[in-house]
Amino acid sequence: MILVNEEPLAWHEGMTVRDILRARNYRFPMLVIHVNDALVAKADYDTTTVPDGAVVKVIHLISGG
Amino acid sequence: MSQLVFDPTKVMDIDYTKRTEYLDRLEALRAGMRTLKEVPFQPSLPDKGYTNRTLYVNVGNLEVTEKPVTQQMKDVFIGGRGFGLYHLWNAVKPTTRWNDPENEIVISPGPVAGMTQYAGTGKSLVVSLSPQTDIPIDSNVGGFYGPLLKFSGFDALELQGKADKDVILFVDGVKGIIRIEEVEGGPEDSHVLAELLTHMYAEDEKDLPNVSVVSSGAAAAHSLIGMLNFSFYDRRRKCVRFKQAGRGGIGTVFRDKRIRALVVRGPKVAGDLNHPVDPETIAKTGIKYHKEIRENDGGQCMMRRNGTAHIVEIMDAYDLLPVHNFQYGSHPDVHKIDSAYWQQRCTQATVDGCWYGCSMACAKGADGLVLKTGPYKGDMVTVDGPEYENAAGLGSNCGVFDPDYLLELNFYCDTYGICTITWGTLTAFVMECYQRGILNRERTCGLEMTWGNAEADLEMMHQMARGEGFGKIAGMGVKKMKEYFIKQGWGDPQLINDIGMENKGLEYSQYMSKESLAQQGGYALTNKGPQHDEAWLIFMDMVNKQIPTFEDKAEALYYFPLFRTWFGLNGFCKLPWNDVVPANNSEQPEAHKVPEHVQNYVDLFSATTGVKIDKEELIVQSAKVYNFQRVFNIRMGKGLRLHDAAPYRSLGPVTKEEYESRAERYDQQIVTEMGLDPAGKSTEEKMALHRTWRTGRFSKLMDSVYARRGWTSNGVPTLERLKELGLDAFPEVVDVVKQHL
Repeated sequence: MILVNEEPLAWHEGMTVRDILRARNYRFPMLVIHVNDALVAKADYDTTTVPDGAVVKVIHLISGG
Repeated sequence: MSQLVFDPTKVMDIDYTKRTEYLDRLEALRAGMRTLKEVPFQPSLPDKGYTNRTLYVNVGNLEVTEKPVTQQMKDVFIGGRGFGLYHLWNAVKPTTRWNDPENEIVISPGPVAGMTQYAGTGKSLVVSLSPQTDIPIDSNVGGFYGPLLKFSGFDALELQGKADKDVILFVDGVKGIIRIEEVEGGPEDSHVLAELLTHMYAEDEKDLPNVSVVSSGAAAAHSLIGMLNFSFYDRRRKCVRFKQAGRGGIGTVFRDKRIRALVVRGPKVAGDLNHPVDPETIAKTGIKYHKEIRENDGGQCMMRRNGTAHIVEIMDAYDLLPVHNFQYGSHPDVHKIDSAYWQQRCTQATVDGCWYGCSMACAKGADGLVLKTGPYKGDMVTVDGPEYENAAGLGSNCGVFDPDYLLELNFYCDTYGICTITWGTLTAFVMECYQRGILNRERTCGLEMTWGNAEADLEMMHQMARGEGFGKIAGMGVKKMKEYFIKQGWGDPQLINDIGMENKGLEYSQYMSKESLAQQGGYALTNKGPQHDEAWLIFMDMVNKQIPTFEDKAEALYYFPLFRTWFGLNGFCKLPWNDVVPANNSEQPEAHKVPEHVQNYVDLFSATTGVKIDKEELIVQSAKVYNFQRVFNIRMGKGLRLHDAAPYRSLGPVTKEEYESRAERYDQQIVTEMGLDPAGKSTEEKMALHRTWRTGRFSKLMDSVYARRGWTSNGVPTLERLKELGLDAFPEVVDVVKQHL
């Protein structure tokens, strides 16, 4: 289990940042993502794996209006 | 996360140069015009962003005066919305109402407006006493009028009085002539009128982009929700297009004053017309930003390709798109009106934008629309490709997913001179009332206002434009419709009040705030009413969980409304602030504020005016105007805690269907937030628990926000706060506040 924006998400072996975005249907293109306080670059979403128990913050920048 | 890919092979084959022209009516219009007054003036260009004078015109007694811009005006009010509020305060009394002659319409672009080196610098702010709210409304708008007015010689235009017959005010900033002309007959609707006037006042073909027209339309005269169109000449299409000062019914005030149009003819626009103190910094900042747009926009919001409609599918994915009068947040048919569709329908990837030099270029045009209804049935027109608010308001919120009908609704809102956001929200309210039996065919004079019935929606609008039938009732707006329905005994008053999405008399704009407490405040704790241009906090609050405590939310509701107010003081558009960000933005502290862009604004202001500020002073500048506006509201008999109340639909689920559509989330909140067990409770019982909890936490949010803003628990700025901001220099302001302490 991992925490994504304070809410639990089932974890699986080899889970990437991209998998989290798909699981949560996070489609907004301007995100700032930290895994256990480490910033993940956009270019690395497909390759960065997330360990079990990780705390993930997916900060959506302000949109709308 | 997904990135929409543009496929040029899917773009519809539409000739963007073809449309119905109305120029054969030009001579008839000219024949109906006669000069009432002509006054010479000395055209001048700004110095450090200011021309140092404003223009006052009374269309009733034909007084035309120049007024000086004082140092105090610059120091306290900056320009734009600040100048508008300052002039309006001095023009009206607490007893003045929107249709009194002393009410004014003030148009002011701000000191930075007209800059061509940075994106989004052509905005004007329009301020008036609103027919919908009875307090000052401010509405920001692109188009060329504001900058051309400034480059003719005026930092603001005050319009007061009421004419007996329709008038046109022409300011010729090249020849130095101000002329008030009476007009008999001729068109009223904007797409015809502005085309004719642009050609009438331009010296020749090359001069067309130097002319801009402000106009409204037929519906503004028969409703309280009138809007103003600000024109700009599209050289590539060879046609007049518009941006809108939509909110709050300023178009209604305009037509009540019998103003048919304002026309300005300015000098040819060049990059140095503001005469800034530091052009090098402006050029350097602009080049950096344009590079950022070029390199990053394609992988971020694709504003250049899609405009603001890019978030239609995003809001749908996050359950935030208003559907069926803000009941639900998504709909399976949204793909019919999302940005993938508009990429095919609108003319994309072109040099565009509503002011020179805007590399964001989000103002898209939809060409070749052949109208199916109304007085222009059969005409082929160009209409702005729907912005997000229009797609959501005219579309999903009313259950309309036919894109051509959506464009037609957008077109008629524009040419009739009514606000698309307001129309979307009030029509959604009418449709829900119809679906729930509060209205029926008899009460709507035969209109079948079911979800998605675009033909009935358009007919209601045409009726309003003619001043007839149920359309005239709809044109009163949601607040007055609620009162009317209740007075007629048409349904449960509480239900009607719960589902009518207005606050202070202004209709909500098109985002679902139900699941974000911060955004509930972002809408209701505003000065003018629920418009998203003060604060958009839904992602920070609901999705990111960045602002979990009341204090966190209050801090966001302190900072963002002030930060965004600043755009309207200066002539900036908000979109370039956060709809593209620097590549390294994610590495910055407080990335959500886009720190590099904030610094750009600080630099651009200082480089234009010579007044050195930093990011903290920027907030102080806004706070002066923001608090002045709050006191202005109080002066007009509003602006207190009770006036910040929100309709329950904006706070939580009103109906069983709404609750059950999100039952898992709501049941869970009963456990986690209320410490109760939902098992065995009926939906009605659970809804009642939610209502108590949600209204209670909204009240607590008000307390937190008022305290952070330096206001009393009744929402009144304290004397200490006024002193801190230097507003104690205005004895009238202090007197207003003292009566409420």
